[in-house]
Amino acid sequence: MRRVFVNEEWCLGCHLCEYHCANANMGGVTAQDMVRNLRGKKIHPRIRVEDGADGGKINFAVQCRHCYDPMCVKSCIAGALTVEDGVVTHNPDKCVGCFTCVLTCPYGCVMPDGDGKVVQKCELCLRNKVGAPACAEHCPNRAIVYEERGTL
Amino acid sequence: MAKKFVIIGNSAAAVGAVEGLRAVDKDWEIVIISDEPYHTYGRPLISYLLFGKTDEERIKFRPDEFYSANGVTAMLGCTVTQIDAAAKTVSWSKDDYTGSLQYDKLLVSTGSVPFVPPMNGLETVPLKTPFMKLDDAKFLQEHVKADTRVFIIGAGLIGLKCAEGISKLTKNITVCDLAPRILPSILEDELAKIMQNWIEQNGVKFMLGDTADKFDGNKAVMKSGAVVEFDVLVLAVGVRPNVALIKDAGGDVNKGIVTDQFCRTSLKDVYAAGDCTESFDITSEQAKILALLPNAYAQGYAAGRNAAGLEDKPYDSAMPMNAIGFWGKHILSAGSYIGEKHEVFGDDGSYRLICRDAGLLKGFILIGGNDIHDHSVLDRAGIYTNLIKDKTPLDTVDFESIKDRASLKGFAADARKKKLAGVER
Repeated sequence: MRRVFVNEEWCLGCHLCEYHCANANMGGVTAQDMVRNLRGKKIHPRIRVEDGADGGKINFAVQCRHCYDPMCVKSCIAGALTVEDGVVTHNPDKCVGCFTCVLTCPYGCVMPDGDGKVVQKCELCLRNKVGAPACAEHCPNRAIVYEERGTL
Repeated sequence: MAKKFVIIGNSAAAVGAVEGLRAVDKDWEIVIISDEPYHTYGRPLISYLLFGKTDEERIKFRPDEFYSANGVTAMLGCTVTQIDAAAKTVSWSKDDYTGSLQYDKLLVSTGSVPFVPPMNGLETVPLKTPFMKLDDAKFLQEHVKADTRVFIIGAGLIGLKCAEGISKLTKNITVCDLAPRILPSILEDELAKIMQNWIEQNGVKFMLGDTADKFDGNKAVMKSGAVVEFDVLVLAVGVRPNVALIKDAGGDVNKGIVTDQFCRTSLKDVYAAGDCTESFDITSEQAKILALLPNAYAQGYAAGRNAAGLEDKPYDSAMPMNAIGFWGKHILSAGSYIGEKHEVFGDDGSYRLICRDAGLLKGFILIGGNDIHDHSVLDRAGIYTNLIKDKTPLDTVDFESIKDRASLKGFAADARKKKLAGVER
């Protein structure tokens, strides 16, 4: 299965992926959609760029790793997190916003959504209009890639 | 003939056991036998059900086809009355029917039972309920109307989630606890006070350091002499592991059912998992009752896999862990609060405690601020949880860079690479 990976040596720390992620998960596809969706708003992307690792030199983006043994799924009290064809998927209709998954995700990649009533997480843009990870598609330096990899 | 795995119980540990066994085996026959008549549901969801955030359909812990898809025969509404470990049978009853089932392996995941201390005159109270099961929530739905006076005994997690749950049905809720503070099992004085103020602002009244001494119909006389009149009584003093079946069968029971690291009880071919067991807390290194859903699932999962004959999956990651929220203010906590403390009281009403001891992260408490839309304090808490669980030596992590905000950037480059540039198995 393809997943999103970041090559941290190439990440510029531009945070553009966060805007594309937020736009895609608000139903947007195009740059015009992005302006309409995000102008003047605090964004709640499902990918997060961390800046300043290794003494300030390194930046990298993190989003759901779609674990083989997903702690979030195993600890969900509502059955709202499931694995669908390898993709760790969230059902906001069943979620009650208890944040047990926030407490258990080793990567910090399941997070409260903007309202805080439920959580949100990366679903590889497979369920929004973009259809494939917008972060990878729009990464200007190809630091974020969508590909199949094995265990390191 | 296929071997038979019988599971007593139908909640998180039982579902974990089905999924753990089916991950490695397709042939075993599985039977779930439960005294509740319902499809598996998330027990902690009953307060959200009352609050109107979910409903009876959506609280299902697994989809409708869960049993059929996993080859499970679900005997719902059947109460197991006895385990005969020598004959490898369980006896059950349902209404006027009784029967028995042969097993090759048995899992006891019988959960907790409410603990009700002796209180004079309790039998004279017409409307009273514990708050653990769907039927308890239905009872409250039926009997709590606007202006119904609800009196909750116990200001722990269960009592307070009940208070929140019914807060849209009535504005007349009083909670008492013999302890001088709320949430006595998870919070110290000052933090308990923060949460108490918050819950009071949402309309709940407290009587702390006091509890009911005797009842007379709809009236409670408190230890202090105060008198409380109520219409509905909720008994949420505490819970105890439901150990009766194992105890009666001669199995080892301490505070909870005693199991080894592979979830085996002292009875041959009998496993136990979930709230009915005693676990080994890896942070305090003590045996404890850790009646928490994620632990129950993980333990059940390991038990199911081991029962299939692999005996290769130790359950060795148990620790206290709580995600609890009231009216939008959340507490995330894990581990033990020992060693050196890093503590921050935020101007926004938030709180952060990070504890480390002997070079390891040992525990944390994060409490969200008063702006219920700002969750920045809680952000990425799982990174801390897993530092504790994995016993990651803190000399391999830049603690200064993560102590005020959880992140992965404090991890060494090779650890980061392993986490982010490949797939972890």
